[in-house]
Amino acid sequence: MLAYLARRIAYGLLVLIGINLVTFLLFFQVNTPDDMARLQLGGKRVTPDAIAKWKAERGYDRPLYVNPQAQGLRQVTDTVFFDSSARMFAFDFGPADSGRNIASEIRRRAWPSLALALPVFIVGLGVSITLALGLAFFRGTYLDFWGSVICVAMMSISSLFFIVAGQFVFARLLQLVPVSGFDVGPDAWRFLLLPVAISIVARLGGETRFNRTLFLEEINKDYVRTARAKGLSEPAVLFGHVLRNALIPILSSSVAVIPLLFMGSLITESFFSIPGLGSYLIEAIAAQDFAVVRAMVFIGSVLYIIGLILTDLSYSWADPRIRLQ
Amino acid sequence: MRLIPPLSLWTLLRLLLACLLVGACDVVNAPVSQDLLGRNVLLSSYSETPKHLDSVASYSNNETPWTYAIYEPPLKYHYLKRPYELVPRTLAAMPVVTYYDKAGRVLPANAPGARIARSVMELRVKPGIRYQPHPAFAADEAGRLLYHELTPAELEGKRAPGDFARSGTRELVAADYVYAIRRLATPRIESPAFGFLSEHITGLKAYGERIKQVNSKMKEGLSAREAGRFGHLPWLDFRQHGFPGAEVVDSHTLRISIDGKYPQFKFWLAMTFFAPLAWEVDAFYSQPGMKARNLTLDTWPVGTGPYMLTEYTPNHRMVLQRNPNYRGEPYPCEGEPQDRAEGLLADCGKTTPFIDGMVSVIEKEGSPMTAKFLQGYYDMPQFERGEPGTAMQVAIDDDTGRARELLAHKIKLPSTLQVGLWYYGFNWLDPVVGAGRTPDEAERNRKLRQAIAIAFDFEEFIQIFEDNRARPNVGPVVPGLFGSDAVKFNPQVYDLIEGKPRRKSIDEARRLLAEAGYPDGREAKTGKPLVINYDTQGVGPGYKARNDWTSKQFAKLNIALEIRNTDYNRFQDKMRKGAAQFFSWGWLADYPDPENFLFLLYGPNAKVKGDGENTANYKSAEFDALFEKMKDLDDTPERLAIIRRMSEIVQKDGVWLFGWSEEYTGAYQQWLANGKPSNIIRDSLPYLRLDPQRRLELVRQWNAPQPWPLAWFGVGLLALIVPAWMAWRRRQRATALAARTA
Repeated sequence: MLAYLARRIAYGLLVLIGINLVTFLLFFQVNTPDDMARLQLGGKRVTPDAIAKWKAERGYDRPLYVNPQAQGLRQVTDTVFFDSSARMFAFDFGPADSGRNIASEIRRRAWPSLALALPVFIVGLGVSITLALGLAFFRGTYLDFWGSVICVAMMSISSLFFIVAGQFVFARLLQLVPVSGFDVGPDAWRFLLLPVAISIVARLGGETRFNRTLFLEEINKDYVRTARAKGLSEPAVLFGHVLRNALIPILSSSVAVIPLLFMGSLITESFFSIPGLGSYLIEAIAAQDFAVVRAMVFIGSVLYIIGLILTDLSYSWADPRIRLQ
Repeated sequence: MRLIPPLSLWTLLRLLLACLLVGACDVVNAPVSQDLLGRNVLLSSYSETPKHLDSVASYSNNETPWTYAIYEPPLKYHYLKRPYELVPRTLAAMPVVTYYDKAGRVLPANAPGARIARSVMELRVKPGIRYQPHPAFAADEAGRLLYHELTPAELEGKRAPGDFARSGTRELVAADYVYAIRRLATPRIESPAFGFLSEHITGLKAYGERIKQVNSKMKEGLSAREAGRFGHLPWLDFRQHGFPGAEVVDSHTLRISIDGKYPQFKFWLAMTFFAPLAWEVDAFYSQPGMKARNLTLDTWPVGTGPYMLTEYTPNHRMVLQRNPNYRGEPYPCEGEPQDRAEGLLADCGKTTPFIDGMVSVIEKEGSPMTAKFLQGYYDMPQFERGEPGTAMQVAIDDDTGRARELLAHKIKLPSTLQVGLWYYGFNWLDPVVGAGRTPDEAERNRKLRQAIAIAFDFEEFIQIFEDNRARPNVGPVVPGLFGSDAVKFNPQVYDLIEGKPRRKSIDEARRLLAEAGYPDGREAKTGKPLVINYDTQGVGPGYKARNDWTSKQFAKLNIALEIRNTDYNRFQDKMRKGAAQFFSWGWLADYPDPENFLFLLYGPNAKVKGDGENTANYKSAEFDALFEKMKDLDDTPERLAIIRRMSEIVQKDGVWLFGWSEEYTGAYQQWLANGKPSNIIRDSLPYLRLDPQRRLELVRQWNAPQPWPLAWFGVGLLALIVPAWMAWRRRQRATALAARTA
């Protein structure tokens, strides 16, 4: 188990190095520091001197990989690559192109993102599993048919529509919740109620359909009939046996995203003005602040790799027959 | 400033129940507290977090609501008068300019620009102006500054100037302006104005080089990381490094020296690049550990203006509060003729600012912003942009969408024409549409450009894409500026029929096209179709319709258009290399002077040769000579005549299709007074007056919750749950075999 874990972490590190290299190439070879400077400085009165100053201020005027003017180890460490990419492995993100400290921004914004994403994940998963079990239970009936139709309809609707419609109905027409906004502390729930509800509804159709398919595969198996024959109640059969046996694919799709909950939701945060990491990324992209984008790509990759390792670990928890070697 | 007192779920349920049962509805959808709604604080939003708040670096429109409320440059624009007029802001009077020749002799005010070697202006700062309270000024009884030798331990937990226990202030002196001008040369933050100003302020360029060397010396022995934004450099004290272009005369007088004559310099004095900076503030923020805590001038600006920044959470909320040390300035008593009727002179002579502060929250999307504005939770949708107001005015004009609500809420939507333009240009270096190598080729190319100009129906464009909220331009000087009416219409594109300009016919354009050597859009010699390459930065579905419209204009002449749309970076790159043939671009004025538009066509400013703003690389000896003369003149009939001639030259050459200028519409709630939209005036916050009690009343009236339709949701949910429950029960009670009946 430990050997497996060590191997997976080592693989993860290699993947991370690869991602880091690709990101660096994209941001510094394809899109040169001169391009970044021009974007940051705007369209008016951008002189070569201003570009040079901008690059010097950020250390982008140095060689990318090897600095022949430096001495010893500094030939490698006094380079754009080392400062912009290699240091990320120590979670040292430095300042954004706009000047603010990225690490402190990430620390501050992770909590609003989590406040939105965590209830969406937990409640959404619970509701979709319950609904899917219900549909599987009523398989072949009109309830299953119409339930599936509604799920397909919900899958076909863009999440943007749910957001705009939700804001219009609940915040504008019924005037029950704020249209958008955020506050810290005990009042945060008022601002989170609508985005959480909308996010759950927006993903409900797809998740329920997916889970229903998994449960239908299990529900006709012999062990289910045996369980019923033993006289177990239907909830015990569904939640105790069917769900347990269908858990592997659910875990595959769910556990991997748990760490990514920190990353927030790009669209929801943007529409509801929630100052989380999703809106941080969106704003950085809009402002062409590539230092922030690079940091967010790195963190996203780290979290995804952690998610995949956790998924593997969860398999052996869900199914004791699985051994991690 | 806490915006919302906590509202528990139980309280909310009680409120909704009371509303449902006894009709006692209270507001539950407020994104701010009712206490705040009842206070004299302006509520607004912003769509993009400011990149810079440091006066040296800030140049974007979206930063101005804060920078112009905090910093005080020496001059400002009169809030109500049009055409725009400069008036003193911190100065006792408008600066006096003295001209000198090469020998240092004083010249008369009307001396020709060519004789003037140096212009010197003296600026006399009003006494008694004080800085906002700030820890940088905090001192003990002995006058020793308290927070200028901070240790890392003392900085622990400090994230904003308000986290320091004590603050102080001091009087604004001329040396602060001189310090700020010297700091324009700092190599530590890029100033978009430095390059341009160093061409004008005496010795600034050489000073910049000197400062660069001083800074490099400080960097010696440090790696780029240690010396750059990742690390720390000691304070660069500009008091120790002077230059003759900006000097202190006495405690309240400074002198600025300009090479030659540059009358437009006065407009720069109304920009925040010339805002004063106290050395104490620069020294305070230059201490080790400040940058890592985002304690910089770029985040926490310090000034003498009517407001100070007290909360700054990027991507969330920014709060301005009244500067308790602000002296107060009288509200203007003069304006445009219609201003009195519109109530804009009602506060004549009263002391500004009227409003105690401003709370701005981020709104990245338009729909929630408009929704909250209509609910009354914003007094203005956005401070620095006119588009939301224009969209609302269009809705009213078309009687669509929110028109009824806008009218019922008595939203005020005054508008003005933006001092800026969108234009299409031909690359003067291009062999097909450019200047031409021989007189014959030049004439043929000119006719081709003229034919295209006739085909481009901007009136239609404005109708389709601008909802009739724009005006087609007849020349490079946009409406509202001196010289904009020097030419009444463009005779190359319009005919004057019964005193009204009417666009020339397409037949006329086709005739010109044939004369240019492209009958029916084909090369006369080879028969090949004429293909024009159009470079645009418009990427995405939003631009497709505009690009289609552009293709349609060329199709009128049977000219094929190859659209090469790229992102802004690639577009700029192509423009710099002169690779574009036909392109579109825009320009928003730095200041309201015709020079700021005509310089866009001045030869030495060519994009390819000089990396300037002459994007078409246009070059005309006569135009350039006239420009050099015009830029030095005051707004006299002579200047007007020169502008007329310059406009005629570019009309004839047809290097630009002059495009259109958009309307800029303000959007103000009925309880907000004195709103007058402008994309030039950026310090309008102190002039606005609001009636918070009226706001509170109307917000309550407009936002009564409607919980009863929730019952329908409940019924719908029950309609799903009950049959499911019944079916479940039925199944649970079913037996394997049906019960036998006797």
